[in-house]
Amino acid sequence: MAELKVNGQTVSVDAEGNTPLLWVLREHLGLTGAKYGCGIAQCGTCTIHIDGQPVRSCTYPVGALSGEEEITTIEGLSEDGSHPVQQAWVELDIPQCGYCQPGMIMAVAGLLNNTPDPTDEDIDAQVTNICRCGTLARVRKGIHLAKTKKA
Amino acid sequence: MADTIKLSRRNFIIGTGAAGLTIGILASCSNNNEDGGDPDQAANAEPNPEVNAWVHIAPDDTVTIRIARSEMGQGTLTGLAQLVADELDCDWDKVTTEYPTPGENLARDRVWRDFSTGGSRGIRGSVDYVREGGAVARAMLIQAAANQWEVPVGECSVEKGVITHGPSGNTLRYGEVAEAASALTPPTGVQVKDPSEWKIIGQPVKRLDTADKVTGAQKYGADLQMDGMLNAAIKQAPKRGGTLASFDADAVMSMPGVRKVVQVDDTAVAVVADRWWQAKTALDALPVEWTVGEGADYSSAAFETELENALTADDASVANMSGEVDAAFSNAAQTVEATYRVPHQNHACMEPMNATAIWTADKCEVWCPTQNGEAALGAASEAAGLPIEQCDVYKLLLGGGFGRRGMSDYVSQVVKIAKEMPGTPIKLLWSREEDMQQGFYHPTTRARCEGALDADGNLTAIKIRIAGQSILAGLMPQALQNGMDPFAFQGLLPSGLDERVEDQTLKYTFPALKFDHAMRNPPVRPGFWRGVNANQNAVYLECFMDELAHAAGKDPLEFRLAYMGDAPELAAVLRAAAEGSGWGNDDGKSRGLCAFYSFGAYTAACAEVTVDDAGQLKIHRIVAATDPGYAVNPQQVDAQVAGSFVYGLSAALFEEITFENGEVQEKNFDTYNSMRLRDMPEVETIVMPSGGFWGGVGEPTIAVAAPAVLNAIYSATGKRIRNLPIKDQSLRDA
Repeated sequence: MAELKVNGQTVSVDAEGNTPLLWVLREHLGLTGAKYGCGIAQCGTCTIHIDGQPVRSCTYPVGALSGEEEITTIEGLSEDGSHPVQQAWVELDIPQCGYCQPGMIMAVAGLLNNTPDPTDEDIDAQVTNICRCGTLARVRKGIHLAKTKKA
Repeated sequence: MADTIKLSRRNFIIGTGAAGLTIGILASCSNNNEDGGDPDQAANAEPNPEVNAWVHIAPDDTVTIRIARSEMGQGTLTGLAQLVADELDCDWDKVTTEYPTPGENLARDRVWRDFSTGGSRGIRGSVDYVREGGAVARAMLIQAAANQWEVPVGECSVEKGVITHGPSGNTLRYGEVAEAASALTPPTGVQVKDPSEWKIIGQPVKRLDTADKVTGAQKYGADLQMDGMLNAAIKQAPKRGGTLASFDADAVMSMPGVRKVVQVDDTAVAVVADRWWQAKTALDALPVEWTVGEGADYSSAAFETELENALTADDASVANMSGEVDAAFSNAAQTVEATYRVPHQNHACMEPMNATAIWTADKCEVWCPTQNGEAALGAASEAAGLPIEQCDVYKLLLGGGFGRRGMSDYVSQVVKIAKEMPGTPIKLLWSREEDMQQGFYHPTTRARCEGALDADGNLTAIKIRIAGQSILAGLMPQALQNGMDPFAFQGLLPSGLDERVEDQTLKYTFPALKFDHAMRNPPVRPGFWRGVNANQNAVYLECFMDELAHAAGKDPLEFRLAYMGDAPELAAVLRAAAEGSGWGNDDGKSRGLCAFYSFGAYTAACAEVTVDDAGQLKIHRIVAATDPGYAVNPQQVDAQVAGSFVYGLSAALFEEITFENGEVQEKNFDTYNSMRLRDMPEVETIVMPSGGFWGGVGEPTIAVAAPAVLNAIYSATGKRIRNLPIKDQSLRDA
């Protein structure tokens, strides 16, 4: 039994220590916003934050957490979908199928945590998520729009 | 943190309020989870009279438009709602949508017609009857108001869901007359609007399904949770033609959470566990033996040799031939020849294949993302061993489709597993590795292109011999036409050959031509892959046109336009893309063009690239023009066109499925890469609907992506890349 801090709440989970955090979030805590896409930290659709830093949760063993870390999922990014990235995503109508977008939004929110005014080079280096529908052109516009918005 | 959604046939609908609030049962479910209510009660709370099959209107004026086609990101859900809402003259801000089930469709004599969503036909294939559905509902609502007022219908008008009686000024809202309207006999002969009267069609309205997609609230098939549900992970024969020989269930039964090991069918085994991660972990540990069959020796390298030989073989089907081809080549001042090749590619939808089922002796229900609800229902019925009337399928939003989810293999599998555990909800989720290895792949083909030029550099004849796999031969051989697969010639066909491919014809007019296909089918399942054979054929035709232009010493734009005299729409999109990009500019960027007609739409692109001295490619910008006839939602057309460069260029740059000893070598995104932001050019789209026809949007632009970039690379380097993907090739001569 491990204690975790997720979206501001302390929760207990009974999972094998080598269980990836993604599956603890999805199957033990019912937080299905973070998605399974590859299981090898390639596609980024499982992206969540640990202490504000974007992490690919599909390869992050839950046993590696001390319980002190603040874990944030898309469900906890804002109470009402009002995070600047979410606002920008709605304004530009970015999602297509939408399956990659929780991870994309968390990756972008993490980028803005670290680099509030990112250049295109910063974006290229730090947001490496896959989107198969092809929202990437609008995603770049969305990042530049989000950085102008306030929560 | 609630982790359970209760699902029942009545309440599992998608629903999105135009105000940005989800008002369907997904929201009701989560609300109910929070306050412990009964979802069934919520679904019954408010009467929602059905005016006709397409339109329900609640007393509060909420208009629920029923959508038969599947939403997989392409925006068809919103576009179809626009078509109905415009004819209905309702308030767009009060529109929501829901899917009827395939079972309801059958029970009601297929009132919603075709559920299949492919071939870029979601809008254009239903545009007539869904608009008529909206127009008939409008007429019934006005009639109901006129009846209530006891006035002639002709004295009534409607705007945004409010009916006004002109002489008296009385008004009634749709929500006030919907119940009375639902009792009326639908009128016949109702006319739809002239395009000049459209108010919602043609407007860049926001999608109806965005709100939940940015908060994580949107539930995909992979996210479903039900009371008592168990999770299944599956492993299928890794070698083509292989079958399941044996497995040792006892070796994993004591692992955490494991409930059962199931032989799914001749080719697959599944582990069922409390949680999916437990099921997958046990499956990875499960000792499994496979028998090998035909296909166990199959390798891509050997098949390439077979295709090479087929480029000059005698057995070929001719689909398009005209003019004096042999004479033109005999009299040519110059001939040009080139061979191109496109590999197998996988759809790689972001959401891996999945489905959830409950089987009992007298009922089978399936929840799944599918592009073809009725085919999924048929597959469920067959796998369940139950009559179709005792089965139903509840469609979910798809986490990508691209043609892959037109197949129902994963539906059959989940039902077979559920049948082993009657009454227990079973969710089957494929791993990414299964998704990569068990695809229905974009066929591998190659082409030998030959052209004859006269002394003035005019094209006098062109020949293209395609060699390779036929999708129809693999999936529906009964649809072949005297052994020929007309779909293999997408974009190269003559008009009048076959009405199924009349939207895939060649729009150039050449003095003489011969296009034929030597079919060679490897032991690999082919599939319809976004854009289908237009993708390969555009590479062949449009890269070769570029080669001919350069051989003729002519400008590639002018050279193409010279043969587009009978296709002003194609010339217009090509000119628009070229002009938009600054074709001919000397700004340090190299440009490449492509124009193609497929799925009833005219598309063109101009790519702007640089290739540095080390051979590193940078795609700076694409200017893309499209004429789909009518653009129901121009901002969603823009999204599809821009997105097509992600899908199309990911394929051109990186994607190849190779087989060795019958087994797929690329098992995940580390070896089957997809474009990232750093690879993505700026895309400027020019949506230029010329009216008078309905063309597709989701697929046609894929075809122009690779050729435009390949032609730009040639312009930059003088070296032709004729083999895809581009990765691992030197773009400059070594």
